[in-house]
Amino acid sequence: MSEFVLQIDGKEVTAREGMTIVEAAKSAGIRIPTLCHHDQLEPYGACRICTVEAEANGRNQLVAACVYPAEKGMVVQTKTEKLAKIRKVLVEQMMAHAPDAPQLLELAEEYGADRDRFDKDPSFCILCGLCVRYCNEVKKKNAIGYIDRGPRREISFIPDVAGKECWDCKECFPLCPTSALQAAYVLTEALATPPEEAAQEAGCACSCSCSGSCG
Amino acid sequence: MPRINSPAELEEFRRSILSKRSDDRPCITLCSGSACHATGSEKVAGAIVAELENHGLTGQVDFRRTGCHGFCEQGPIVVIYPEGICYLKVKPEDICEIVSHTFKEKKLVERLLYVDPTNGEKSSFEHDIPFYKNQQRLILGLNRKIDPKSLEDFLAVGGYKALTKALFEMSPEEVIGEVKAAKLRGRGGAGFPSGMKWEFARKAPGDQKYVVVNCDEGDPGAYMDRSLMEGNPFTVLEGLMIGAYAIGATEGYIYVRQEYPLAVDNLSVAMKEAERRGLLGKNIMGSGFDFTVKVHRGAGAFICGEETSLLASLEGKPGEPKSRPPFPANKGLWGKPTNINNVETWANIPVIINEGAEFFSSVGTESSKGTKIFSLVGKVNNTGLVEVPMGIPLRDIIYKIGGGVPKGKKFKAVQTGGPSGGCIPEAYLDVKVDFDELMKMGAMMGSGGMIVMDEDTCLVDIARYFLEFLSDESCGKCVPCREGIRQMLKVMTDITQGKGKEGDIELLENMAMATQGAALCALGKTAPNPVLSTLKYFREEYEAHIKEKRCPALSCKELIAFHIDPEKCKGCGSCLRKCPANAIEGGKKTIHVIDQEKCTKCGTCIEACPAAFQAIGKLSGVPVPAPVPQEKRALA
Repeated sequence: MSEFVLQIDGKEVTAREGMTIVEAAKSAGIRIPTLCHHDQLEPYGACRICTVEAEANGRNQLVAACVYPAEKGMVVQTKTEKLAKIRKVLVEQMMAHAPDAPQLLELAEEYGADRDRFDKDPSFCILCGLCVRYCNEVKKKNAIGYIDRGPRREISFIPDVAGKECWDCKECFPLCPTSALQAAYVLTEALATPPEEAAQEAGCACSCSCSGSCG
Repeated sequence: MPRINSPAELEEFRRSILSKRSDDRPCITLCSGSACHATGSEKVAGAIVAELENHGLTGQVDFRRTGCHGFCEQGPIVVIYPEGICYLKVKPEDICEIVSHTFKEKKLVERLLYVDPTNGEKSSFEHDIPFYKNQQRLILGLNRKIDPKSLEDFLAVGGYKALTKALFEMSPEEVIGEVKAAKLRGRGGAGFPSGMKWEFARKAPGDQKYVVVNCDEGDPGAYMDRSLMEGNPFTVLEGLMIGAYAIGATEGYIYVRQEYPLAVDNLSVAMKEAERRGLLGKNIMGSGFDFTVKVHRGAGAFICGEETSLLASLEGKPGEPKSRPPFPANKGLWGKPTNINNVETWANIPVIINEGAEFFSSVGTESSKGTKIFSLVGKVNNTGLVEVPMGIPLRDIIYKIGGGVPKGKKFKAVQTGGPSGGCIPEAYLDVKVDFDELMKMGAMMGSGGMIVMDEDTCLVDIARYFLEFLSDESCGKCVPCREGIRQMLKVMTDITQGKGKEGDIELLENMAMATQGAALCALGKTAPNPVLSTLKYFREEYEAHIKEKRCPALSCKELIAFHIDPEKCKGCGSCLRKCPANAIEGGKKTIHVIDQEKCTKCGTCIEACPAAFQAIGKLSGVPVPAPVPQEKRALA
């Protein structure tokens, strides 16, 4: 594969065709912050924390380094005042959902983000999609997916699939940057347990026709 | 008539159609677009058929149900040829009079003519109505002349001449060269040069390539693509085929939103007709060029108007955008080179091929060529679709074509470019409408939405409304869009409810910067525009809301109060009887008082108060005066 040179933070970096900016930077020891990026997964570009300034073909633009291909002669800046401002706002917005996520606390420290700038809406999930994509791309099980869109978007295990596939796997758990995934799974586990069993376990003796699920 | 196998056969077929037609022949046409459909054109059509028969005119007068005329607010629209007499808001019961008066006695039905709301003048003919007179309808013009389902009608007005020219007289490169020379820019919003886009797809390596029509129009109040697709599907198909030939594609997709059933119906009929005649499918007109097309109905997500989302949706995946590059021209539908253009862009192609790039580029401004169709709505006298040359001043669209603001109200702003466009104030009404000028104003061309607002509109609330729309329509994939819009909307809602705080404007600007800079697709990147453009031109309104808890337009419900002026109230009881909340106290010959606790601020009382008294008004930012004591309320 052909190699070429680009400039990242003033440093000449040799990259191979097909590399993203994040990959090119990493190979040169330059760290660009990421949250939704994972080496084993297809580039996704959802958290945008890796936004950098890139100048190519005479145009200077803000691009997500985890998905944007490195190009010959490109001039990339990963640490500018503008980028710090953007990253600060993004971290603060994510902290409204997951104020105690270790990776976010670290980034908050780095960019001077105020974890309490926005009212809390603790879903604990920042929708990085690592679990969804890992299950789909690596495990090929599709036991977890997104539901709804916009601010109502959530991750959700699909009980029928999760009930069969997840017991012995749980490989997505350590990928989660917050504690949301385990919580969602516990809920699903409860839902996926056959009602009769649950009724026996819970000893539900109510008179409604819930088959034990209300217990 | 069998398949058409050569350009000569097409011309012969055209001649045979034209030989049976004449411009002098009386013809009654009825607009049958969605809007006229909604106002009862079906029933009017039935009445026309029946009345022509009653009067024994069936064989002598033609009847044609045409595409949308664009003057939708005045529908159903009937136009009578050869004179071009135009009747508006026609009801089935008017048809008897139209037929007997206009056809038999050659007299006008005065009450159905257009009356100019600004000066009371009547217009008898379509071409005299100011709404039409000041437009240049290169694209929309054919809508009113043809039945959208009739191939014969389309051929009678010169249909398929451009395709024939492209297939038999031009190489694919020459076609692209012509579109490039015409400097056509995409009408879907981004304004990217279409010829360049075609060239990328042409040059991209790949055995299979696709062309796609984006008819997923989703801007609130905008419907130019629907009108074109419904009113003249053959033109869109012709443009698409020319593009496919130029790019080297043999398959096309038309992505139409589910909410446009008439467009899907008319398009499907047009496709079948074209196929039956050999104008679509294998070896078109014997040229060796094969092209098939499929219609895909979208499920009504605004984000699917964004090209990568649209392609994902076509593939059966969730409609979520992908990062570019790779661009669809290289890696589009199913990973193959794909060219996607909006309906109006495709409809421009036959004009460019027929009339030539030189003619096309003679219309418009240096950077934006040709015409643009706008959907002119809101507080303006004449609402509807207007097609104007690029470079026309906004003022001409709103006043010459639109007839100005109704009810003597003052113009306040015009919002262009759909939900993520911007609001332009009166001071800039002389700006020339083109891609770059609108962008400089902090607004944008978008796909052509244009909403006029008068003095009663609160621009802070309008910006909040558009954010709310975008928040609902965001796919939720990336943080700056999903969280940015959500948080901006919270702040905007607080401001319009009187809960704004010092520092809110700076917070909005800060969030807008991040969303604009970091969002994944155009929806997110442009989402802060409504806030930024209103902050740019109407910052004092934000400040009034935040600092004085006052809505200058007297529109935000939480910040206004209704009040009866005791000096003007005549105790007539009109408001008291109409108030749905029973919030008005009073009696005969007694000054009425609004109970602020009960009042729901619906505004019914203001409408109920007789014009001669005008005793009820709205207050904002000031305390409501204490009610007149009970004992002093009696009127003499």
